[in-house]
Amino acid sequence: MKRRNLLATAAMGLTLAFGGAAFAQGMDKVKACFVYVGPIGDGGWTFQHHEGALAVQKEFGDKVEIQWQENVPEGADAERVLTQMALGGCNIIFTTSFGYMDPTNAVAAKFPDVKFEHATGFKREHPNVTTYNARFYEGRAVQGHIAGKMTKSNKIGYIGSFPIPEVIMGINSYYLHAKKVNPNVELSVVWAFTWFDPAKEADAAKALIDQGVDVIASHTDSTAPLAEAAKTNGAVIGFGQASDMAEYKDGPRVSSIIDNWAPYYVKRVGALLDGTYAQQDAWEGIAGGEVEIGEITDKVPADVKAEAEALRDAIAAGTYHPFTGPINKQDGSPWLAEGATAPDGDLLGMNFYVEGIVGDIPQ
Amino acid sequence: MDRKWGVVVLRLEKRPTPSRFWLYATPPVAVILTMIAGGILFAAMGKNPFEVIRTIFWDPLFGEFAFYLRGQLLVKAGPLILIAIGLALGFRAGIWNIGAEGQYIMGAIIGASVGLAVFPTESRWIFPAMVVAGAFGGWAWAMIPAILKTRFNTNEILVSLMLVYVAETILAKASTGFLKNPEGMGFPGSRNFSSYPAAQNAFIYEPLGLHWGGVAALVTAVLAYILLTRHQAGFQIRLAGQAPRAARFHGVSPARLVVLCMGLSGALAGLAGMFEVTGPAGQISIDFNTGYGFTAIIVAFLGRLNPLGIVLAGFLMALTYVGGEMASTNLGLPDAAIQVFQGMLLFFLLAVDVLTNYRFRLAVGAH
Repeated sequence: MKRRNLLATAAMGLTLAFGGAAFAQGMDKVKACFVYVGPIGDGGWTFQHHEGALAVQKEFGDKVEIQWQENVPEGADAERVLTQMALGGCNIIFTTSFGYMDPTNAVAAKFPDVKFEHATGFKREHPNVTTYNARFYEGRAVQGHIAGKMTKSNKIGYIGSFPIPEVIMGINSYYLHAKKVNPNVELSVVWAFTWFDPAKEADAAKALIDQGVDVIASHTDSTAPLAEAAKTNGAVIGFGQASDMAEYKDGPRVSSIIDNWAPYYVKRVGALLDGTYAQQDAWEGIAGGEVEIGEITDKVPADVKAEAEALRDAIAAGTYHPFTGPINKQDGSPWLAEGATAPDGDLLGMNFYVEGIVGDIPQ
Repeated sequence: MDRKWGVVVLRLEKRPTPSRFWLYATPPVAVILTMIAGGILFAAMGKNPFEVIRTIFWDPLFGEFAFYLRGQLLVKAGPLILIAIGLALGFRAGIWNIGAEGQYIMGAIIGASVGLAVFPTESRWIFPAMVVAGAFGGWAWAMIPAILKTRFNTNEILVSLMLVYVAETILAKASTGFLKNPEGMGFPGSRNFSSYPAAQNAFIYEPLGLHWGGVAALVTAVLAYILLTRHQAGFQIRLAGQAPRAARFHGVSPARLVVLCMGLSGALAGLAGMFEVTGPAGQISIDFNTGYGFTAIIVAFLGRLNPLGIVLAGFLMALTYVGGEMASTNLGLPDAAIQVFQGMLLFFLLAVDVLTNYRFRLAVGAH
């Protein structure tokens, strides 16, 4: 309780020192800060968030100052880093990993005048906490389509990071769309229990390849799975994850999901500058530009490429939802009736595989 | 005329007895060398080296936000000190427990399990019970390599290290399974102890960052010092490390010593994990452990395996973490540069440490 008062006073003092402008009236200058779970050089998740941060700087020039911190562990250390940033005068802090959920809300309580934006979480315990995410499962549908068409062994693989709804919905979407174009397809899932660990990711890819899998999708952040696939002389293909991973275009990478946070970050910092900022729960996908499908290479036959692009465009146009019934759960019980689409609430709490996937979600 | 060219060479010569001067001079000299080499590194990266060094070593203590950061030093140093003291006892006796990270995890899991099992009961006995459970968890995990060593003569370095990865797997299971928050909407992670007062390790005095873990660390340092200097067991530990044969003649049982040292270091690591999960970390999560168990090895050596030295070393290490973060955020230094800087500290410590047991001799050799 003591610290809470102390910090709140400090925060108030800082707000005054920094001009004390009421948010409703906009601000002359915004200090935007970013907390990263991995190194910027991961070539994936954190790299893309940092690209978004740089886009904010480019868009607003000297009206914005950006700061960031890499490799922040998800726990007590995150709370300290966030407090340091808030004390240091950050007006808006983007915390870019799921594990920052509790620290973000805890620090937000002490700094009511600082805006906090937490990626991929669901807790908004205070009016200054916004959550944002992207509908990556839309991109997984396109990947699943390509995987189902491209596999020769009829075995496709998925490297899972953590068994959380976000990852499970990606697995389900990937499988459903592979199965749609290839009824014989089988899916193997390997859990790495990390977001970024090239050695573990490479091991996971090896395990899949040993099982005869020839198309690998991954939900982890490094290029290690593609590097493993590249050792098979073209027998195994994969996808860029989070960033385009274009350096593997001549090798195993046939397409990619690109997380493009730039439009969102520019929009939110801009809103803070012009005084239109409000708390929200943002979840946009291909249509909003947050999820991009990276170039589909010539390894993919022209007709498959055309189908995949048509699927992408239908999702963007809103004429197709990747989770459209009839879909049963793994145990055979019905989930979505014919023609019904999945409500967002079901997706955000998804803790089951769809029918046809073998294996259990780690519990 | 027959002329011979004299060649001057530097020779490393073993000292008859370890130098007391270098024993104590090594850590400060290593810190100064780290500052110089680190400064060169930062300058090469285009940063002002004096500003970076000041941000790391000065600002957390006396800078603008020192009122908050000073408290964070003890939060960070507490678990390091607690674990390092336990490790140092073993290291002194030549028993190498490298798996404190695993014992830390198991202490946290067992301690947290006891508290979460009775949620939401409010009783003043819950937290003490969790403390005991946490120490037990770490102790039990350390007993595996200890018993394997005494029974089958396995290598405790390998076994304790490998058990870290087993503990991490159990941690992942706990977060996604048996300790998962039933109100967490399916997301991994246990309930947060900040919303369960009876089981929470709250701050006793916030401006100093003092919670029960910090108290335990400081009390343990004093007790360990007394044990080593005044107690029979402490004498046996030191003797076993310095002269194993003499120790055996003296009636010291190597097996008993292994069980004692592994057990103590495991229990202390378990305690550290329990205090961390119920306090600063707040919950069991997949990424709960952040390497305290490994960093404590550096702290133990930096503190010369002396409990009071370890307290100083723990604070120094905490300073490089907290200050390193400040430098990284405020001056835009990549995190890798900070890690290199911390690595240099250990490197220079080991390099300068050579002077404790060896000395340089100038010798003129005939050509």
